[in-house]
Amino acid sequence: MSPDELVEKLNTIKSSLTQFEQLLNNRIYLSCESENCFEINKFLFQELKARFVIATAIDCEQYFEILYHYSYDQTGCVINLKCFIRDHENPQVESITPLIPAAEWIEREMHDLEGIEFNNHPCMERLILADDWPEGEYPLRKDWNHEKEI
Amino acid sequence: MKKKYKLPIIASGPVHPLQEEMEFFQLYIDGETVVDIDVRLSYNHRGIEKISESLQFDQVPFLVSRICGICSASHPLAYVQAVEEIAGITPPERALYVRTIINELERIHSHILWVGLAGHFIGYETVFMWAWKYREPVLDMLEKITGNRNNYGNVKIGGCREDLPEGIEAEINPILDQIEKKMDMLTKAVLDDPILHARLKGVGVLKKEDAVNYAVTGPTARASGIPIDVRRDDPYAAYDLVDWNVCVQEEGDVFAKAVVRLLETFESIKIVRHAIAKLPKGPIAVEVKEIPPGEAIGHAEAPRGETFHYVRSEGGNTPARHKARAPSYVNVPSFKASCIGEKISDVLITLAAVDPCYSCTERVGVVDSHSKKVIYDFDRLFQLSREKTEKIRKEM
Repeated sequence: MSPDELVEKLNTIKSSLTQFEQLLNNRIYLSCESENCFEINKFLFQELKARFVIATAIDCEQYFEILYHYSYDQTGCVINLKCFIRDHENPQVESITPLIPAAEWIEREMHDLEGIEFNNHPCMERLILADDWPEGEYPLRKDWNHEKEI
Repeated sequence: MKKKYKLPIIASGPVHPLQEEMEFFQLYIDGETVVDIDVRLSYNHRGIEKISESLQFDQVPFLVSRICGICSASHPLAYVQAVEEIAGITPPERALYVRTIINELERIHSHILWVGLAGHFIGYETVFMWAWKYREPVLDMLEKITGNRNNYGNVKIGGCREDLPEGIEAEINPILDQIEKKMDMLTKAVLDDPILHARLKGVGVLKKEDAVNYAVTGPTARASGIPIDVRRDDPYAAYDLVDWNVCVQEEGDVFAKAVVRLLETFESIKIVRHAIAKLPKGPIAVEVKEIPPGEAIGHAEAPRGETFHYVRSEGGNTPARHKARAPSYVNVPSFKASCIGEKISDVLITLAAVDPCYSCTERVGVVDSHSKKVIYDFDRLFQLSREKTEKIRKEM
C-alpha cells in the first residue's frame, strides 16, 4: 500500500474520529473519544495490519489522553491514535488486550502509574508498582507529590 | 505473583541468571514440559519517564542512554530524533554519518556478545571465549571515538557532541577486516556444526502469527519471517545513504535467531565501512535555540529491536511528557508463545534467544508445590541444558 492509499483507507473511519492530522509525510495523528477507541484500534490492527508499538498515557489535569502508537512498516508510517478520556475522576476505557496480546503489559503499566481502568482486561495485576504499594497513589499523575512518604 | 495452577513451578528470579536487570519468571511445569509462564517486572524500576520531565531537553539524552548500557546509542538517538522533529531541525550530514557509525559498532558488539552468551548456555565455552575476545576491539574502537566503552553520550539535539578523532579511518578499517575474518570463521563453525543444528533447530519456535500478535521487533521478528527493520522502513541517520540488506529467516526457532544475528554482524560491518568511505566533511552540529510546543515520535533500530520514544513539548525547557519503550518490553511477553510446550532443558536458551536485558547473578529453582522441596536450582537447569548438548554430541 502506498502512503496515499494508506491515507485513503484511514479516511474510511473518519466518521469515528474527531481529528485527522498528517504532520509529516509519515506521521499521522488521529483523535477520538474513548467510546470509539476499541473499534478504531481493531481497524488499525486487524484491517490495516499495522504493528502495535506501545501506548502513552498523559495526565492533562482535566482529562486523560492515551496515545496508541502503531507502525505501518510497509511505508514506515507511524500512526498515533489519541484517545480522550474526559472523566478525570474515574477514567475508564475498553481494554484492547483481548484483541492485541502485545498491549497487556502497557495497559497494566498505565493502570499502575496513571490509575486508568481498562475494562475487560484479562489479567489486571500490578506490573510496575510493588504489591504493597497503597491503592490510589498514581506516581505519573501531574498532581502526585513525589516527596510524600508511602 | 499469584499461582494459577496446582502444578510445580520453576521460579526464575528476581535477578536473571546470565544477563543484566531483574525480572521474575514463574514457569508452570508438567513433568519436563512447560505448560504456562508468568512474568513479573520492575524490581528495579527507575522512573526514567518521570525524571525526564524534570530535566532540560538537552540533559535527557544522558539520562536515556542509561536505560540500557548495551543500547546506549539507540535510546538517545530515538529521543533526539523526536525532539528534532518537534523543532524542525535537520542535523548536518556528517553528524548523520557519525551517528550511523556509532550505532552500527554498538550492534556489532551487542550481537557478538549474544553469540558468546548463547554458546555459554548450551555448553560451548569455546564460542563464549572466542566471541568475547573478538568483541573487545569493537569496544576499544568505541572508546577511541566517544571516550567510553558504553554510555557513549555522543548524540545531542542538532547533531553530535564530538567528531570522529583524526585518522580514525585508517585505524577502523583494519579492525573491521580482522573482526570480519574472525566472525566468518565463527559463523561457519556455528552454521556447519551438526550438533548445534540438532540442539537448536525446532527449539523455542515463535510462529509468525504469534510474532505479529505479540508485536515483537528486531532480530526476534526477523527470525520469524517478518521483514521489518526501522533502518530500512523509516530511514534515519545515514541508513538510506549506504548500501546494506535486511536479514530474514522463516523458521522462528533459536537457530534462526542466531543466524539472523550472525548475518547482521556482517551487514553492520559493511555499513560502517561504507559510512567511513563516504563520510562527508563539514560541521557536526547545528545551533538549537528553543524547542517549540509540539509532539513527535522518534524510533531507532537497537540491536534487540525497535527503540521508540514519544516526546511532547509545551514550549518550556523540559519535556511535558516523555515515553520510552525498549525492545525487550515487547519481545519478553512473546515467551508466552515460544516457551509453552518446551522441555525444561530448552527453556534457558529459548529465554536467552530474544536477547532480553537481565543480569548474571540469578538463582533459579524448581519447587514442588506440595512438599515445597527444591527439585531443580539454577545450577541443575544449567547442567540439564549442557547435558542435552552432550547427549546429542555423543549420539552423532
